[in-house]
Amino acid sequence: MSFATRGFSGRRRERDDRLPPGQTLVQDWPVLSAGPTPQIDTGDWALTVRDETGTEHRWSWDELLALGVEDVTVDIHCVTHWSRLGMEWRGVSLDKVFEDVESEHEFVMAHSYGGYTTNVPLEDLLDGKAWVAVEADGAPLDPEHGGPARLLVPHLYFWKSAKWLRGFTMMPDNEPGFWEQYGYHIYGDPWKEERYW
Amino acid sequence: MSTEPAASTLARPRTRPAWHVATVAETRRETPTAVRLVLDVPTWPGSEAGAHLDLRLTAPDGYQASRSYSVAASTPAAPGSPGQVVLAVDEVPDGEVSPFLVRDVRPGDQLELHGPLGAFFVWRPGQSTRPVQLVAGGSGVVPLYAMAAAHAAAADETPFRLLYSVRTPDDVWFADELAALAGPTLALDLVYTRRAPEGTADVVGRLTRESFAARVLPAAERPRVYVCGSTGFVETVAGWLQELGHAAGDIHTERFGGLT
Amino acid sequence: MTHHLDGNVLAGALSEIFTADVTTARGRCAGCGRTSPLAEAMVFTDAPGLVARCAGCDQVLATFVDAGDRVMVSLAGLSAVELRR
Repeated sequence: MSFATRGFSGRRRERDDRLPPGQTLVQDWPVLSAGPTPQIDTGDWALTVRDETGTEHRWSWDELLALGVEDVTVDIHCVTHWSRLGMEWRGVSLDKVFEDVESEHEFVMAHSYGGYTTNVPLEDLLDGKAWVAVEADGAPLDPEHGGPARLLVPHLYFWKSAKWLRGFTMMPDNEPGFWEQYGYHIYGDPWKEERYW
Repeated sequence: MSTEPAASTLARPRTRPAWHVATVAETRRETPTAVRLVLDVPTWPGSEAGAHLDLRLTAPDGYQASRSYSVAASTPAAPGSPGQVVLAVDEVPDGEVSPFLVRDVRPGDQLELHGPLGAFFVWRPGQSTRPVQLVAGGSGVVPLYAMAAAHAAAADETPFRLLYSVRTPDDVWFADELAALAGPTLALDLVYTRRAPEGTADVVGRLTRESFAARVLPAAERPRVYVCGSTGFVETVAGWLQELGHAAGDIHTERFGGLT
Repeated sequence: MTHHLDGNVLAGALSEIFTADVTTARGRCAGCGRTSPLAEAMVFTDAPGLVARCAGCDQVLATFVDAGDRVMVSLAGLSAVELRR
């Protein structure tokens, strides 16, 4: 029964070839949060990758940074219809993190402090497509934006870029994570508008 | 405002929420940053004091944004007269919906409403004889004003108190209406955090637990307490109330936030 | 600082599923067993969907994802809901 409201346009929606369908360009960085914001000190932080044998690869904060932090400039697309273009990040490539991980499994569950999860095929995390991000817009990541470290998988909708990242578990099947269980798409390609089930 | 319940059901009007088309009848400046919207709603079934609704705006390209607003006052539609809903909206800088409602909406414009909503944060006449303490922060007064007005309209004898924290006298929402309600049936207590009215001896400053305790009904009277305001305000006040001995089940809260 | 609202704000979403207003209904958290009105849950609205969490233990009680022509609802974190006749 909806009709257009006279004079209402919402946030300005500019056309740009870099914007996937249904997306709106924003200059700010909206904060989305499905739960309380965890406060994690880098001294207490660690990243683990667990494979099917139960073996855990573990990096402290300093050990992670020692793998090599690189500059990344990417576009990000949130499933709630906003996008930011040419956003500057710094992070550690997941190629470095998974270099010594031996696994037959093709799928990964990312886990966060606070309990959030999201599933990603392993191939979407490798070959320079994903990072453990520690800085954005020239500053360390604030807790509200997922600091101290978040996953960055810019070619998928931004819910896949889990905030407050603490580790990965290798999975034989593509099990759904938090939003994927509750109605969002199992893969989430913004160019195909894979928003919901 | 409420309808007679059927004999066999709980004493509670059962109004199914539905979508309604509202036509703006009047817009009025409420405070320097807020507007009051009077809406004609031909299908409005009426609402309980404290209820809210979801207001939805649609852009020409189909983009939609919706926000929840408390109903300040409403009258159900009746043969020959449309229902009416009164909302009050504060402008959130850089917001998406509130600047449009505050600055751009004109009489004759049409809006979509979904409601009435919420049977928890409401006050019903005759429901209880326990006294009622209302605590409002800023624009959080809207549903509490609705309760105070319903209390007066029903000539309900339950003692009512409203503690209303505002920055300055210019920021008082429903100032004339509240002043008219104040009296034997409503104890109205305004707290100014930045500037008090000229010529008054009111102390300016934020509430503390001690000043708060001195201005609300004591826990010993077992008041039902309704608190509405920003998240920070509600959490602070709800914490004080529990420290002062009020049972958690007697404290009803409504945080507003994200009303951009 | 957590930015959440009260369960009252779920009334609109829940009205699409239940004929009664169930924000007044008491629900039991499947995590910690706390029983309280849904109106007292913590609701996170600045998210891809509405997320209602137990005020006692943070466990997710319910989620609502608005997909335009559909709404996806999970009540999986509630072991039971008490509805008054």
